[in-house]
Amino acid sequence: MSTLETTGAAAAAAALPKRPFNFSRWFRATGWRHIVGLVMVVFACFPILFVLSSSLNPQGTLTGSNALFSKIGLDSYIRILSSPDIPFANWFANTLIVAGITAVASTFLGALAAYSFSRMRFTGRRFGLISIVVVQMFPQLLAVVAIFLLMSAIGDWFPAIGLNTHAGLIMVYLGGALGVNTFLMYGFFNTIPVSIDEAAKIDGAGHARIFFTIILRLVAPILAVVALLSFISSVNEFVVASVLLIDPQNQTLAVGLTKLVSNPRYADWSAFSAGAVISALPVVALFLWLQKYIVGGLTAGAVK
Amino acid sequence: MTSAIDDEVRTDGAPPKKPTKRQRQAAAIAEAASGSMKVLLLKIVLLGIVDAVALYALFVLVGAEQWIVAGVVLVVAAIVNWIYFSKRKLPAKYLTPGIIFLVVFQVFVLLYTGYVAFTNYGTGHNGTKEQAVSSLMASSLQRVEDSPTYPVTVVDRGGELGLLVTDPDSGDAFVGTSDEPLTEVEASFDGDRAVATDGWTSLQFADVLNRTDEITELAVPYSDDPNDGALRTPDGSSAYRYISTLEYDETAGTMTNLETGVVYSDTGVGAFTSENGDQLLPGWQIVVGFDNFVRAVTDPRLANPLVYVTLWTFAFALISVASTFFLGLFLAIVFNDMRMRGRKIYRVLMILPYAVPSFLSALIWAGMMNESFGFINQVLFGGASIPWLTDPWLAKLSILIVNLWLGFPYMFLVCMGALQSIPDELQEAATVDGARPWAIFRLIKLPLLFVTVAPLLIASFAFNFNNFNVIYMLTDGGPRDSNAPIPVGFTDILITMVYKVAFTGQLRDYGLASAYSIIIFVIVAVISIIAFRRTKSLEELN
Repeated sequence: MSTLETTGAAAAAAALPKRPFNFSRWFRATGWRHIVGLVMVVFACFPILFVLSSSLNPQGTLTGSNALFSKIGLDSYIRILSSPDIPFANWFANTLIVAGITAVASTFLGALAAYSFSRMRFTGRRFGLISIVVVQMFPQLLAVVAIFLLMSAIGDWFPAIGLNTHAGLIMVYLGGALGVNTFLMYGFFNTIPVSIDEAAKIDGAGHARIFFTIILRLVAPILAVVALLSFISSVNEFVVASVLLIDPQNQTLAVGLTKLVSNPRYADWSAFSAGAVISALPVVALFLWLQKYIVGGLTAGAVK
Repeated sequence: MTSAIDDEVRTDGAPPKKPTKRQRQAAAIAEAASGSMKVLLLKIVLLGIVDAVALYALFVLVGAEQWIVAGVVLVVAAIVNWIYFSKRKLPAKYLTPGIIFLVVFQVFVLLYTGYVAFTNYGTGHNGTKEQAVSSLMASSLQRVEDSPTYPVTVVDRGGELGLLVTDPDSGDAFVGTSDEPLTEVEASFDGDRAVATDGWTSLQFADVLNRTDEITELAVPYSDDPNDGALRTPDGSSAYRYISTLEYDETAGTMTNLETGVVYSDTGVGAFTSENGDQLLPGWQIVVGFDNFVRAVTDPRLANPLVYVTLWTFAFALISVASTFFLGLFLAIVFNDMRMRGRKIYRVLMILPYAVPSFLSALIWAGMMNESFGFINQVLFGGASIPWLTDPWLAKLSILIVNLWLGFPYMFLVCMGALQSIPDELQEAATVDGARPWAIFRLIKLPLLFVTVAPLLIASFAFNFNNFNVIYMLTDGGPRDSNAPIPVGFTDILITMVYKVAFTGQLRDYGLASAYSIIIFVIVAVISIIAFRRTKSLEELN
């Protein structure tokens, strides 16, 4: 199997004087890799092209969307944004609000915890770290019945944070703030030399000043990764959101769009596609923009 | 702010020593010198807000007579104040906010799930016995044939409707709502009809028309005794006495149907039950012990789905991890060649599925795989009608394909990182020793790779074990198993089964759903313990 050409050999090959092009040698070395690449690109991108095409179809049902890019128009975008039956703009705003606040707040709470675990030695520290690992192994969606009952009880006394409120949903999401993300951050905090803290302390800085003005800036890359991962997972979260947010006006994209195409046969497929494109755009853009950090964060986790 | 206990901040790995008095004094002076007034003010303002919220919550909870919850709020507020005003407790200052949310929304709800699993909570059993009695009485009301006509005025107090009733015999005015029985009040009269009373807004004719449905539903209890019946008004201006066809005997704890004479008694199953087993619903919530668990594993109509759902959950999670990992690894090897051009473009295009929110991807695939209208059948298979999502086995295959699409980019990225972290020297040394590339890969690189990615594979298994979105959005668990009494299907995994039992269908069985949750907890816990033993991941936590 020639999959394992050494990188050393590659460097040596590059240094050699140019040889005449030989197709079979090229194919054995890298050409077949392009074939694999093209097949995978088709597999990976096809559904995305399909939804892009049907979103541009002015009046498309599911069947009508099968002829790719046969009609081009922005009607379905206008339809989903202005239809009185589909509060799409509300869903979009709700999702941005809920996922945005959750991302920022849960990253902050996680950073606070990671700072204390990384920089301080106290009784119960090891126990605390292990408990966080163990507790977050049981995902919240398993306890969704209890969450629903708890939030409906809270709603009886404090309607502002009970069922059917975004504040309540955000609070539930923050229950998972000290989960696995704390670990990712904890590892990263440990790589910041303690001597920086000490130098600042000698200059008279308190722990809060060290945390807010020095540490948080040094760990900015991991904060970005954690915030982004948290944002994406809140955008994707369906179970808790569908149970807590009853009123269609209050729902998030995951809940609203899923109900919208619960029967793809009768649904306005191109309007849904337009909604899907609008919803995916900010996440995909953020993802591609922060791609470098994400890959770094994943592999940092991988080789930890 | 407080840097009082400096040795709590890490200087080395050594355990902290108790500070001496001199050290404490020095720390206090340093603290005073470093903490500015602004910071102190901010701290006081923030704590003030927390305390104000807690105080408000206390008032509401005491008003609702929720003593236990009020006590918890009080204790938590006190602890928070103590932590943030103390000069010590430095780690606690950083951990408390997160821990409060963790304890309420993760630890508490887990314990509460455990409690609900031992109750019959669900449709028809979601209140106390008193609530069940009054709701049964209200639902079986029948108009008394020769009842007098009571002139009424519909009144409103903060959105809650009430009836202002004039007794036709005495001419006295009474007011009551669906919760509060009639009580005598002072009222102003128009002729022999009371039309207004203090604290209530009388509804005008147009309002009455607007809220007809609410008004005809309204039943105001005549007195504290549910057997006295209630007043209802069909038109908003005159009310009639209604008496329940059920009679409640509080001392014997029985309900008697006055028309049929059947006696329903409280036999301890959470509902009034007749001798031949008929139940009057709604019943009430009781603790049923292990009934839900016993039912889940012994009732054949429930046990059979539980077995195949559990098997499919494992198969789904294992195959998903294996397929995404091997495809990701293969691609990482293919694209880990410096001579290849355009690797960056390939990488960006191939990780796109990872960037699109997965609920959207699953919905899009559901459209493409639609049997009669989807792209795959219509275009790729030239109009065939392959039941991708409606045949039990094909639906499973479709789910695995879509989950492969969703998951391979992550494994690709992870394997790229892990491969690049393996030093090239190893490979060169092996090549010098005469090893073939395949042997180098199998005997050197793969073991090294597994060491680094093993924790991620376990995490990925755990994630897929509860991968709700892909199942729910793609097949909704279908095709449905018509033999099961719960809405379960052939591609449901455990977590979607919990959701369906609890939140879809006519009968919501919170007790059974929580029992399933507990079963999943146990499975996850056993797997985690084994996995941790094997990988010794916790050893890293020094």
